[in-house]
Amino acid sequence: MTDLSHIRNFSIVAHIDHGKSTLADRLIQTTGALSDREMKAQVLDSMDLERERGITIKAQTVRLRYKAKNGEDYILNLIDTPGHVDFAYEVSRSMLAVEGSLLVVDASQGVEAQTLANVYQAIDADHEIVSVLNKIDLPAAEPERVSEQIEDVIGIDASDAVHISAKTGLGIEDVLEAIVERLPAPSGDRDAPLKALLVDSWYDAYLGVVVLVRVVDGVLKQGQKNRMMSKNDYYPIDRVGVCIPKMMTIDELGPGELGFITASIKQVSDTRVGDTITEERRQTEEPLPGFKPAQPVVFCGIFPVDSAEFENLRDAMEKLALNDASFSHEMETSAALGFGFRCGFLGLLHLEIIRERLEREYNIDLITTAPSVVYHVYTTDGGMIEMHNPADMPDPVKIDHIEEPWIQANILVPDDYLGDVLKLCQERRGVQQDLTYAGSRAMANYKLPLNEVVFDFYDRLKSITKGYASFDYQIDGYEMGDLVRMSILVNDEPVDALSTIVHRSQAERRGRAMCEKLKELIPMHMFKVPIQAAIGGRIIARETVRALRKDVTAKCYGGDVTRKRKLLEKQQAGKKKMRQFGKVEIPQEAFINALKMDN
Amino acid sequence: MNGSVEDWREGGFGLYVHWPFCLAKCPYCDFNSHVWREVDQKRWREALLAEMRVMHARAPGRPVDTVFFGGGTPSLMPAETVAALIREADRLWGLSSTVEITLEANPTSVEAERFRGYSEAGVNRVSMGVQALNDRDLKALGRTHSAAEARAAFDVARSVFDRVSFDLIYARSGQTEDAWRDELREAIDMAIDHLSLYQLTIEPGTRFADLYDLGKLSVPEDDAAATLYEATQEICEAAGMPAYEVSNHARPSAESQHNRLYWRYGDYAGVGPGAHGRLTRPSGRFATETIRDPSAWMIQVEGQGDGLASVAPVTSQEQAAEMLMMGLRLTEGVRLDRYARLSGEEISQKRLHPLAEDGFIEIDSGQLRVTDAGRPVLNAVLRALLA
Repeated sequence: MTDLSHIRNFSIVAHIDHGKSTLADRLIQTTGALSDREMKAQVLDSMDLERERGITIKAQTVRLRYKAKNGEDYILNLIDTPGHVDFAYEVSRSMLAVEGSLLVVDASQGVEAQTLANVYQAIDADHEIVSVLNKIDLPAAEPERVSEQIEDVIGIDASDAVHISAKTGLGIEDVLEAIVERLPAPSGDRDAPLKALLVDSWYDAYLGVVVLVRVVDGVLKQGQKNRMMSKNDYYPIDRVGVCIPKMMTIDELGPGELGFITASIKQVSDTRVGDTITEERRQTEEPLPGFKPAQPVVFCGIFPVDSAEFENLRDAMEKLALNDASFSHEMETSAALGFGFRCGFLGLLHLEIIRERLEREYNIDLITTAPSVVYHVYTTDGGMIEMHNPADMPDPVKIDHIEEPWIQANILVPDDYLGDVLKLCQERRGVQQDLTYAGSRAMANYKLPLNEVVFDFYDRLKSITKGYASFDYQIDGYEMGDLVRMSILVNDEPVDALSTIVHRSQAERRGRAMCEKLKELIPMHMFKVPIQAAIGGRIIARETVRALRKDVTAKCYGGDVTRKRKLLEKQQAGKKKMRQFGKVEIPQEAFINALKMDN
Repeated sequence: MNGSVEDWREGGFGLYVHWPFCLAKCPYCDFNSHVWREVDQKRWREALLAEMRVMHARAPGRPVDTVFFGGGTPSLMPAETVAALIREADRLWGLSSTVEITLEANPTSVEAERFRGYSEAGVNRVSMGVQALNDRDLKALGRTHSAAEARAAFDVARSVFDRVSFDLIYARSGQTEDAWRDELREAIDMAIDHLSLYQLTIEPGTRFADLYDLGKLSVPEDDAAATLYEATQEICEAAGMPAYEVSNHARPSAESQHNRLYWRYGDYAGVGPGAHGRLTRPSGRFATETIRDPSAWMIQVEGQGDGLASVAPVTSQEQAAEMLMMGLRLTEGVRLDRYARLSGEEISQKRLHPLAEDGFIEIDSGQLRVTDAGRPVLNAVLRALLA
């Protein structure tokens, strides 16, 4: 209903910790959308996990009313997008739903890799971009230098950047004015057939599936029978509304507006991010640019620690999948770990989030196996298998060749650490594409095999740069690689859950590291326990857990009987947390920790 | 409860009397010991006698096979107290004709003077806390006697008693294998027919534990301790005093009857502060425990006749576990059918077989034994058997 010229739609692009959520909170507070009492820090991140980790997983919107200095009333729609690379596709859809972006950069830290990835998406979406320098009140703030850096690295004019402190509230009015003055109003035709973009969707316990939409043309109304164009699904609209940020039903959403609908849709997987919604009776001729289903790129096995918890785990996974179409799970059986699931994720952060939610919200102790990427295994009979579990590797004689996914990685790092970062990238089979400098920081662009990245790249990068490097990537494509399956044998028996696919050149290093790690993780037994890494029948690394030589109570008399028995019972209970493998007991944490390589 | 109530005769019956006082607290000791300036001897005698009568009422009708005065330092007891307690045990239960009555003694000259009195009271075996045979280590262990004094006290003891044993502690801070071998040979020359050789362990709540946690005390552990243990077995065996229990060595038939009763999982009545008992009654087996604090124990005994803090039933399964845990400490091992009767099921072949195959246990006509290879890792054997 609002005139298009009085609507502004925008997103906020920022690196984690640069103040995106705090700025969003300030905008909501300043425009009076929520009373002070209702404000809790970081209103938009509604999931506990999001608030705790300071990351946004699902896109959310908030409609703000703002009376500008020119005396006119404006509707400002803020869309809060996931900032992380794992959710790049969601981000790109969200970007298409708005016309402009605020680029928030920490005035003391400068541009980070994640900022780059997201700002390029904003540029791709033809956004008008307003630079905002945050934390201007910090003594270390260097607004001029950072403005220059924005111009050098990103290539956008930052001379008129708005200087703010989201924490103290300084400059918030200037941001609101810049949104009104500098961002374009949306365009759209109210009388044209309905054309709306499906931005995101989530499951709400009370409302069912809630769909976030941006109306491009036409009007969305309650009672309308609408079609999702990627499939031929028709739904009558139950509710139309906006988030202020509380959900509020309104009569209709016109062109240029952002809001939500509910339409008795059963599962989130029935809605596809990027889809076009139109009216059944009067369909738009031209759908919005296509829908692309999210492809899991990282896989791992998830098993309950207590096998009796398997059904609970299944229920929990089904519930999570309801709200997350990009998370896949399939039953898997492991000789070492029993019944569990092979799960697919958009990336390592996504994996981490799902795992944490399963443990925290559903209270299930889990064993997670080594993350693996999806390999394309070309067989000699001309077929191709998408392999995401090392256990599924075909007999080597039947393999013609294997391809693995590569990524394009951007790494921003202070000069001092550049040498170590380049060394790490080389070690991980990286191919340098570009190396540029901006001030005292270098930006390295590398092609890297994803397999090396999911292994322990983040952890190593973090530790060698003391946390100063930032890293982001996009999937580049598949390339042939000399890949082999490395098995781990404990006491001469292969432990399926520990086998991994590695590049032949890395096999020895990885095998050695894994055996060394397992040696620390497997407790002493009454016999010596050999730990071997093998490719086919060839042993490439070996360690031995020495046999226990002494474990006996020196003194045990009449008064000790009860106490010693209880101690024994306690040890027995502790043993239940181990996995019996042949004669060897392997603690659960070994399965996860064996793959984490410290220095 | 599965299984049947076991007959007390299965393991015999013993009486333990705890004397909780010491002249000084040793830094490694976590036993219930207290340093009091003055002890009202008459009052303590009466209280111990009173509690013994209550224990008799709970477990009457069985002759006493063994009596053990432990502590604390029971060699600080007046001989007349020891005599009164032995007389009362004989009056209540009756002492068996082969009764063994042991008293733990500190090897000092003061205490040696009382040995004659103890012998007259009926004590027929003394176990002396010698602990080390050199003054430097004795000092480090917080002992108040010298090595020479200990030898002198030992000589007095053997002139009075037929059966005298002594304890040594090894794996002391800084102790080398060679030093221990020399000292142990010396000890064997000195010994009559019984020796207790304990590895020093750091027990929570002791002065040594504090020092250890602060990093101010180190003791041989793991491999080093295993090496000392192996040397101990080798030397004692060669000298004809093989281990009949993890830490106890004796010439054949010189074993401590009382301690073996614990390991054979017999019945025992525990009298005195912090004493434990295992008593079989028609309704089942009970674990008794008295109040540890001497003053609180005394108040309760004087008020109600006993100082019991708890009397708890021990389930058959728990008894089975305890029987195995204690019995496998003995070289002779345990009867598998006794275990099966108590627990209601046999130990599965699935558990026995791998241990036997690896040479940690052996089974011979229904008797389960831990081998020389299994004994140093007995706790692991037990975990595997009871899992």
